[in-house]
Amino acid sequence: MSKIFFSEDHEYVRIEGSVGTVGISDYAQKALGDVVYVELPKTGARLTQGAQAGVVESVKSASEVYSPVSGEVLEVNTALVNDPAQVNQDPLGRGWFYKIKLGNDGELKKLRDEAAYAAYVQGL
Amino acid sequence: MGNSAQQTTPQLLKTPLWSLHHETGGKMVAFAGYDMPVQYEGMGVLKEHLHTRSAAGLFDVSHMGQALLTGSTDPAIALEKIVPGDMIGLEPWKIRYTVLLNDDGGILDDLMVTRWDDKTLFLIVNAACKDKDFAYIQKKIGTAVKLRYLGDRALLALQGPKAEEVMTRLLPLASAMKFMTATKVNYDGHELYLSRSGYTGEDGYEISVPADFAESFATTLLSHDEVKWIGLGARDSLRLEAGLCLYGHDLDEHTTPIEASLKWVIQKRRREEKGFCGAEKILGQMKNGTTRLRVGLQPEGKAPVREGTELFSPAGQKVGVVTSGGFGPSVDGPVAMGYVETAFAAVGTRLNAMLRGTARPCEVVLLPFIKPNYKRD
Repeated sequence: MSKIFFSEDHEYVRIEGSVGTVGISDYAQKALGDVVYVELPKTGARLTQGAQAGVVESVKSASEVYSPVSGEVLEVNTALVNDPAQVNQDPLGRGWFYKIKLGNDGELKKLRDEAAYAAYVQGL
Repeated sequence: MGNSAQQTTPQLLKTPLWSLHHETGGKMVAFAGYDMPVQYEGMGVLKEHLHTRSAAGLFDVSHMGQALLTGSTDPAIALEKIVPGDMIGLEPWKIRYTVLLNDDGGILDDLMVTRWDDKTLFLIVNAACKDKDFAYIQKKIGTAVKLRYLGDRALLALQGPKAEEVMTRLLPLASAMKFMTATKVNYDGHELYLSRSGYTGEDGYEISVPADFAESFATTLLSHDEVKWIGLGARDSLRLEAGLCLYGHDLDEHTTPIEASLKWVIQKRRREEKGFCGAEKILGQMKNGTTRLRVGLQPEGKAPVREGTELFSPAGQKVGVVTSGGFGPSVDGPVAMGYVETAFAAVGTRLNAMLRGTARPCEVVLLPFIKPNYKRD
């Protein structure tokens, strides 16, 4: 069973055991528009919650991606480099950015679950 | 995820097409004091850009300033004091791109001038500059020439390879018009100022229509299958690929036409006779060179190199800055332009763009990035 949490800045982390898969939400990809470039963290990098993990760019603008949780980057989605449009097509699936080894379960309290995030986005 | 999103300012102005943008899915943003569509629902910048290059895109450019310059004699004589282009020699119904100069030879705006007859010129200036421009022009040209702001007209642009076909269905005379020519034409009881021009690198038209007829005319154009609304986002990527300057970014009051690589706007007679604001400086730069020049920049790889990115020589010396940059949908990669020190302005020069702490190689290239599709003959 996986569980998904969202940050205020519209990143998500899907938790499966001790591994989290990070990406940007459907709301975020819609707000950005067509994604044309993605910059990913390096495998092995140690990220802290809320720190910049990468960049996502549309035709019009560049936005930072902040890591929703702390931990070590285990794997990055290199397919996005040549096909960044996957972020628009399937943000919660094929459009993932990186996998991270979860360091601190307490951090999840600072995130929203699916229902709370949906309500949050509704209010924006 | 975060970015420096544009703030919406209160009391934005609306073009005569504002309601139609809302009804047709326009996503509105503040631009030059106006509430303008940046893109449309179901399309987006990428699709809108590519649609313009393959079919026909319709742009609301009513925020731009339209004005008539009239005199008892040729108003071009007075206008030539503040622009370096040959306005006296501009033939009736021909259009010329020029720049408005301050006393120091700096560019206050770029504009299009159309000659209607020997006593009338039609000007189109940028939205953000229009109030300042019109005050400056009236101050500089004196009282013998009158400037009349046409605030009661909208402006549309129809751009792309299908623009001719569509416009000709409405106005049969459109097909015979050549690039940078204009005419007045009656359509459905309304007087339109039709020109074969634009700012996308594509063939197309710009049409000035009475404000109260704008919505009807735009709706007619949109009823043709080839035509779709295009927002400001794609307008920017289209003009960038076409190597065209955006005022306030690639041009400003501290930049001369020579530095901007626009010396072609100064026709031969003007170079010989001088007699325009900042002529000494501008013609001196033309003869002796200048310290910096506007160039095209082709970044390597896929990362867009955007406005404000600093440019360095291979030796690590800062030699310039990007003034416009982003992703070019038709090029399918990053495109940019900027200013570099003259020693680094030659085509083929290798530079590094410093992007988020990483040096990204880029090369000075000729503009434009795409082959323009203008109807020259």
